[in-house]
Amino acid sequence: MHPAFSVIFLTTLIGVGQGLFLALFTAQSYALFDLLPQQDGHGFYAAGSALALVFLCGGLFASFFHLGRPERAWRSATQWRTSWLSREVIVLPAFMGTVALYGLAHGLDWKPVLATLPGGIAVDATVVLGTLGTLLAFALFLCTGMIYACLRFLREWHTPLTVINYVLLGGASGFTLATAFAAVAAPELTRFFGGWALIILLLGGVGRVASLLRNRRLRPLSALQSAIGIKHPHIVQTTQGFMGGSFNTREFFHRRGRLFLRSIRWLFLVGAFLLPALLLAAGFGGAEAGLPIAAFVVQYFGLLAERWFFFAQAHHPQNLYYQSVA
Amino acid sequence: MTQLALVIEINVCVGCQACVTNCKERNTSGAAGPMVDQNPYGKDPTGTFFNRVQTFEVGEFPHTETVHFPKSCLHCEDPPCVPVCPTGASYKRKEDGIVLVDYDKCIGCKYCSWACPYGVREFDEAQKIMKKCTLCVDRIYDTQMTEEERRPACVRACPTSARLFGDIHDPESAVSHAIREAGGYQLMPEWGTNPANHYLPRRKTRMRIREDELERADNPLKIDAQLPKPEQSSPSLDDVTSW
Ligand code: SF4
Ligand code: SF4
Ligand code: SF4
Repeated sequence: MHPAFSVIFLTTLIGVGQGLFLALFTAQSYALFDLLPQQDGHGFYAAGSALALVFLCGGLFASFFHLGRPERAWRSATQWRTSWLSREVIVLPAFMGTVALYGLAHGLDWKPVLATLPGGIAVDATVVLGTLGTLLAFALFLCTGMIYACLRFLREWHTPLTVINYVLLGGASGFTLATAFAAVAAPELTRFFGGWALIILLLGGVGRVASLLRNRRLRPLSALQSAIGIKHPHIVQTTQGFMGGSFNTREFFHRRGRLFLRSIRWLFLVGAFLLPALLLAAGFGGAEAGLPIAAFVVQYFGLLAERWFFFAQAHHPQNLYYQSVA
Repeated sequence: MTQLALVIEINVCVGCQACVTNCKERNTSGAAGPMVDQNPYGKDPTGTFFNRVQTFEVGEFPHTETVHFPKSCLHCEDPPCVPVCPTGASYKRKEDGIVLVDYDKCIGCKYCSWACPYGVREFDEAQKIMKKCTLCVDRIYDTQMTEEERRPACVRACPTSARLFGDIHDPESAVSHAIREAGGYQLMPEWGTNPANHYLPRRKTRMRIREDELERADNPLKIDAQLPKPEQSSPSLDDVTSW
C-alpha cells in the first residue's frame, strides 16, 4: 500500500494521547489503593490530560487531510453497525471529551464521592471518568487496529497482532511521554512510569517482531491465474490498458525499492524499540528530564517509520492487474 | 431477486478499447458530473475510468496467446467494499443488485477501494470522491429510450458482441444460458466476494477436416463405379460428372 502521511500521523499521535491517558489513570489508580503517593490534581493530572488532548487533537487534525471531502466528515459516524472506520469516528471524540472532563475535574478539584469501596476507598468523579476513559482508550485502539485487521485480502494486516500492536505501541509511547512529563512535573513518579514504559516497550517489540516474522512467511493467495481466470502457469501482462498513471497505480504501492524498505525496517526497530529502551533504562529513576524526553522524541520518529513500514509492507491483490505500463 | 451483471466473453474480445472510450464518454457527460482528467495532454496524463481493457500474454514463445481482458466493477453479490464504508455512500441496491456510490455522501476516505480486491474503484481527483462502474444505471432504466438502447454504453459499443448484459438470477436469461453453457466463471473466487459479472473462457478455434470429408463418400456414381473417374484437375460441369 502507499503510506499516506495523514494516516501515519493520525495513528501515531492518537496512540500517544491514548497511552498518556492510560498512564495517568494507572498512576491515579495506584494512588487510590495507596501504592503510590497522591498527586496534586491541578499540577499533574490536569496538565497531563491537557498534554494528551494536544496529541489527540493533532491526530484528529491530521485525519482530515486524508479526506477528499472533509466538510462531510460528520456523515462518517452513521455506519457504526458495519464499519470499523465509522466506529473509530465515534469513539475518538467520545474519548477526547472524556479526557477533557477528566482533566477539568482534576483541575477544578471537582471530586464528589460517588461510592465507597469495601476498604473505605472513596470513588470520586475522577475515578469514574478515568475508568470510562480507559474503556474508551481501549475501544479506540480496537477500532484503529480493526480498520486494518478486518480487510481480509490485505493479509499482512489480517491478524490479531495488528490490534495487539496498536495497543502496545500506543501504550509504550504514551508511558514514555508520561515518564518525561513526570520528570518535569512529578519526579517521584518517574520510576513508576519508566518501569511500565520499559515493560510495554519490550512487549511491543516482541509483538512487532512476531508480526514481521509472520508476514515474512506469508505467500500470496491470489495470482494472475485466478485474477483473470486462465489456468496456465505462465502469464504476463503486456499492458494494463493505459500509459499514464491512475488511482490504482498510485494508491496501492509504495514505489520504493527493496533496499529502502529494508532500511526503514531496521530504522524503526532501532528507533522505536532499541534506542528508546536504552535511553529509558539510562535515565531510569533519575530526576534528569533530558533522557526520558530524548527517549520519547526518538521513539516517536521511530514509530513514524514503523507506521510507514506497516502500510508499505501490505500487498494488495489489485496490484496483480497493474503491472505493465504500455 | 434480480442481479444485473455483465458477462464478458474473453474469447471474442479483440482489445479495441471501444467499451473503454464509450463508457468514459457516456459517463462523463451524464448528470452525475464529469470525469475530469488531469494533465490530459501533458507528461503524465491521468484520470478516472470505470472500465479498462488489459492485455495478457499466456504461455511461452512460440506457444503464446494474447488475451484481452476487460475489467470493471463486478457488482459482487457479497461486496466487501460496502460494509466498510463509514458514510453509507457505498451501497448495493436490493432491487437489481447494482453496487453504487452516492456521490453526495462520499467523503473520499478511499477505504472502500482498499476493501475491493479487484482494483476497480477509482478516486476522482477533481470531485474528490470515489467512483466506479454504475452498470449505466441512468441508462438502463431510461424509458425515453428504446428497449435496444436501454443497455450499458460499453455493451452497445462492443463491435464483436463480447459483452452481454442481463439478469444472472433469471435462469432463462441470455446471460444465464451463456454462463451455464459456455462455462462462465468468476474472478478471484478465493475471496468469497461472489462477483455478479462473469467471464466466458477463451477457446481454441480450430477447424478439423478429415480425409474422407474431402471427397463425397455417398456419390452414387462413384459407388457404382460406372464411370471412369476423371482427374481431379479436369474440368467438370457439376456435382454429377465430377469426382
Ligand atoms: S468489484 Fe470491487 S467495487 Fe465492485 S462490488 Fe466487488 S468489491 Fe465492490
Ligand atoms: S471513499 Fe466514499 S464510498 Fe468509499 S468508503 Fe469512503 S465514504 Fe464510502
Ligand atoms: S456498464 Fe456503463 S459504467 Fe459500467 S463499464 Fe459499462 S459503460 Fe461503463
